[in-house]
Amino acid sequence: MARLSAENRRKAEAIVAVYPERRSALIPLCHLAQGQDGYLTEEAMEDVAELCGVSPAEVRGTASFYDMLHTEPVGRYVIAVCTNIACMLAGAYEVLGHAEERLGIHSGQTTPDGLFTVEEAECLAGCDKAVCVQVNHRFFGPVDEEGFDRLVEDLAEGRLEGTVPPHGVLCRVERSVGLPAEEPAAGPAGGAPARRGGDS
Amino acid sequence: MSETTGTGELTVTINGKQVVAEPGELIIDVAERSGVYIPRFCYHPRMKPVGMCRMCLVEVSSPRGPSLQPACFVPVADGQEVNTDVDGARKAQEGVLEFLLLNHPLDCPVCDKGGECPLQDQAMSHGPGESRFIEEKRHWAKPIVLGPLTLLDRERCIQCARCTRFAEEIAGEPLIDFFSRGDAIEVATFPDRPFSSYFSGNTVQICPVGALTSAPYRFKSRPWDLEQVETTCTFCGVGCRIVAQSSAGKAVRFLGVDSDPVNHSWLCDRGRYGFEAIHATDRLREPMLRRDGELSPASWNEALREVGAGLRQGLSSQGPTSIGIIGGARLPNEDQYAWSKLARAVIGTDNVDAQLGDGLPAEFVASLPQATIDDACAAKAVILLAGDLHEELPVLHLRLRAAAAHHGLLLVDCSPVPTALSEVAVALAPARPGEAAALMAALVASDDEVPEVPGVSAAAVSAARTVLSGLTGEEIVVVVGRTSVAERPDSLAAAAAALAKGLPGVRFLPALRRANVRGAIDMGLAPGMLPGRVSLDGAREWFESQWGSLPSGRGLDTRAMLEAASAGTLRALVLLGADPLADFPDRELATRALERIPFLVALDTLPSASAQLADVVLPAAGFGERGGTTTNLEGRVTRLAQKVVPPGVARPDWVIAVEIAERLGVDLGFDHLEGIWEEIEQVAPAHRGATVSAVYGQPGDGVVVPVAAVGLPRLAPARLDPMATPGIDSVITQGAPMFAGAAAVGSGGVEESEVIEEGGAAPAELPTESVTPSGPPRPSPLAFDADSWPVPAPPVPDAYSFRLVTRRSLYDHGTLVQASPSLAPLAPSQELRVRPRELDKLGVADGDRVRVRSARGELVLPVAADEAVPAGVALIGLNLAPVDQPGATALLDSDEAAQPVRIETVEG
Ligand code: SF4
Ligand code: SF4
Ligand code: FES
Ligand code: FES
Repeated sequence: MARLSAENRRKAEAIVAVYPERRSALIPLCHLAQGQDGYLTEEAMEDVAELCGVSPAEVRGTASFYDMLHTEPVGRYVIAVCTNIACMLAGAYEVLGHAEERLGIHSGQTTPDGLFTVEEAECLAGCDKAVCVQVNHRFFGPVDEEGFDRLVEDLAEGRLEGTVPPHGVLCRVERSVGLPAEEPAAGPAGGAPARRGGDS
Repeated sequence: MSETTGTGELTVTINGKQVVAEPGELIIDVAERSGVYIPRFCYHPRMKPVGMCRMCLVEVSSPRGPSLQPACFVPVADGQEVNTDVDGARKAQEGVLEFLLLNHPLDCPVCDKGGECPLQDQAMSHGPGESRFIEEKRHWAKPIVLGPLTLLDRERCIQCARCTRFAEEIAGEPLIDFFSRGDAIEVATFPDRPFSSYFSGNTVQICPVGALTSAPYRFKSRPWDLEQVETTCTFCGVGCRIVAQSSAGKAVRFLGVDSDPVNHSWLCDRGRYGFEAIHATDRLREPMLRRDGELSPASWNEALREVGAGLRQGLSSQGPTSIGIIGGARLPNEDQYAWSKLARAVIGTDNVDAQLGDGLPAEFVASLPQATIDDACAAKAVILLAGDLHEELPVLHLRLRAAAAHHGLLLVDCSPVPTALSEVAVALAPARPGEAAALMAALVASDDEVPEVPGVSAAAVSAARTVLSGLTGEEIVVVVGRTSVAERPDSLAAAAAALAKGLPGVRFLPALRRANVRGAIDMGLAPGMLPGRVSLDGAREWFESQWGSLPSGRGLDTRAMLEAASAGTLRALVLLGADPLADFPDRELATRALERIPFLVALDTLPSASAQLADVVLPAAGFGERGGTTTNLEGRVTRLAQKVVPPGVARPDWVIAVEIAERLGVDLGFDHLEGIWEEIEQVAPAHRGATVSAVYGQPGDGVVVPVAAVGLPRLAPARLDPMATPGIDSVITQGAPMFAGAAAVGSGGVEESEVIEEGGAAPAELPTESVTPSGPPRPSPLAFDADSWPVPAPPVPDAYSFRLVTRRSLYDHGTLVQASPSLAPLAPSQELRVRPRELDKLGVADGDRVRVRSARGELVLPVAADEAVPAGVALIGLNLAPVDQPGATALLDSDEAAQPVRIETVEG
């Protein structure tokens, strides 16, 4: 796990190649690494640093600025509850309080079984769905206390497997950096690399 | 908006006063020049502005009316009106300060910075005086360890990014960065990668609050208990300007002073924290005499009588050529001159050598067409043929790195093993050890006759040639130093000669590692050389007219003296702060010599391995304990100042020279330092014009020798703003003022400092010849003769052997580092580095122990795989073994053009 896999390293090199400056690839590579392990492992940050020609401290410093990047392990499902104005008026703090109680953790923490992390978020741009909740960056809402319980149960029982990928997977990364959707079949692996859908 | 006037200048109005400025200048700088201090935290004049802290907000006119702008980030524009002292600006500044103090712990009474803190000062001068914040402040564990010498108190940090920018932009070692965001933000390292940069202390020096503190100074003193003198660091040949600060008679802190031509206010951590060595517990405090085989304390009188007797006995039995003097690079110029004169005019020997076979030939250094550090940084291209400057001359490394990384200097690194500068080099062509001359000849050959260079790929040669093509000699500076002590110095001289021939007008900056080696050579502490960069034979008549008699012929260098000692033809040897056992690149020869010599005298500050074998040990006053001048590698003479008293009865080396001369019945002719300098200016041809008033009377950047070629500095340098290095202006200065016309001021305000005028240097007005009109003419300093440095025969190739390259390490087992408790543990352990493929061929794995064998000796040590080491080369750290154990020098034969070694597996 920890280091970038050979396949991801290859992707990383291709991503680096599209930028005039190597260090511009820093954020896309962080997403790539997070897609691999669910968070940025130290070893992966070292790899990213080497690939971008910066120091590991700079990778960690940059990553730590962004809420969407995690430098510590998180649960399989990262649940972000918006508590900004629209959601707050719709009862966001009640939902968050309920979530903490139901999962037995404070916001920012992960359940002991490693399944859920709860976070308090600023406006997620889903005000029309207030109270808006994100699970691994997929939107749900409006969510009330009961809705939250159902959501958690569905997640725990794998009923949302098709909708919610494991934490860290951002399907847009590769497209947005202009890589060909399919790589020419080369190397022993053969065929186009499948996007990671499952974590098994 | 920046319309410029015809002259390329523009006019702005600052607080109602018209000021002329250059396009591109920042408001904050122009204001400062006109006497208006704008508060600031993140701005540092030696780094790119970032506009992060907003402390410098001022009102700037614009077509849409006045607006608040950060003065450190906005360049002046013609017709602009700037107001720093109107309600809007004041309110903004007060607001910023109130915000900065929200989470600040206000623990000034227990903070190292208290009393010299820009946050304190500017809170008083520009703050609101009160806070509306009544909530709980943020809490962090404090302090945390960032690196071996640096601690961080995150609560005090105001996120100015001076430290992180220094690490990235200036040092090129971004080991620290901001972590997280908002009020959770902290300066942090990556896990398990401590802030162990050689330049870490600079971040402590420029941190505008007490967030960064240094382990060696922490809680040692308060600013109001400190006194300081301005002096020059003598830990290496760069000669950075510093203030030495002491409290209760003990040196406790050195800070970098901004010397524009030298160190730009930066220091390396060895220079900065080396002050600890001054008060090392084992400093020599009193003379010692060997009685019944044991060294025991004696009075100066007894000791000097013994020295006089020992020398006289040598003189009467085998004449002056049986006496030798090794060392002197530790000494200030005046002391070197005194010893040079004592040797030649009193004892009558030319066996003097300040270098221990680990430098460059003296005639070579003295005659090189010289470049200054500024010349090298301003050149179009620099050819680097030296050891790793990061380890040997750290601040020169910084200057060249900045020039290459940010100002377009083209760097061609030809050092045998890539160095820390290789990263910013545009071409890498590592010369084969011992054969640099062949590579240099290929670099300057005409296009149709580029020879093949053994050991260097044609691609590398052509890449380097491409960089240099189209450049004239005048546009190129060569940084030449001893690449490795496992290779003979004449091969480097030959390499330089090849460049001088092929590139007319090229200049050289000698990378001389030992502190005052340049001074030693200039003062004639080298066989065949006399003070003022002249040769014994060329300047004989002149010096006889000045000094009386001279030795009849050229004397022995260190190696020849050691050989003569081991052969029994040398009767007496004086070690002037030299430790041949540790430093001479042939440990076996040095051991034989010192065991055999009948009479050995050592002048030193610390009991070196060699001093322990001496018959008489004389305690010398060391750095910070005496005045004088020192010469840096570019030939710049700057002042040294005394801050503390020497331990016990230790004396300056020149006083000891005068005393010894007296015991031999001769008056050396001086009784104070300035008197010696007066004589130097009078006698030494290269130093003519460097008058006592120019050298002693002037604070600042010193005088580059030869004055006739370079000129005297016209004006005292302007200083940086007081906030660039907090901690200098809040301390009482003793001795010469640091900047002409500048009294110490607090960092809350600024006094007008002198402005440097264009050009910087004026042609020297040399005093007209008035002395000895009928005597012999004053000789001129040596000129470089490219033909006198033949290429030494390359080593015989041997398919099984590697060529050894030695590399210095900033922290090593040298006496000064080991006498500094904070630095001593940082010396790395000894290892051998070889290319991974060659390790595979040998069947050894990374980390295994191997036996390195040469004709001289062998060493068992761990081996590391290193892709950067060229094929056929084995890299070994120098001076990394504890003194009583053999290190790299045990393998060296100083006769070899390049030391061949074999690597063998170790059983078991
Ligand atoms: S530690 Fe000091 S220099 Fe670094 S960001 Fe904080 S206040 Fe600025
Ligand atoms: S670079 Fe040399 S002169 Fe400058 S601080 Fe370091 S040791 Fe001293
Ligand atoms: S306020 Fe919650 S999504 Fe906008
Ligand atoms: S923003 Fe100008 S000094 Fe910090």
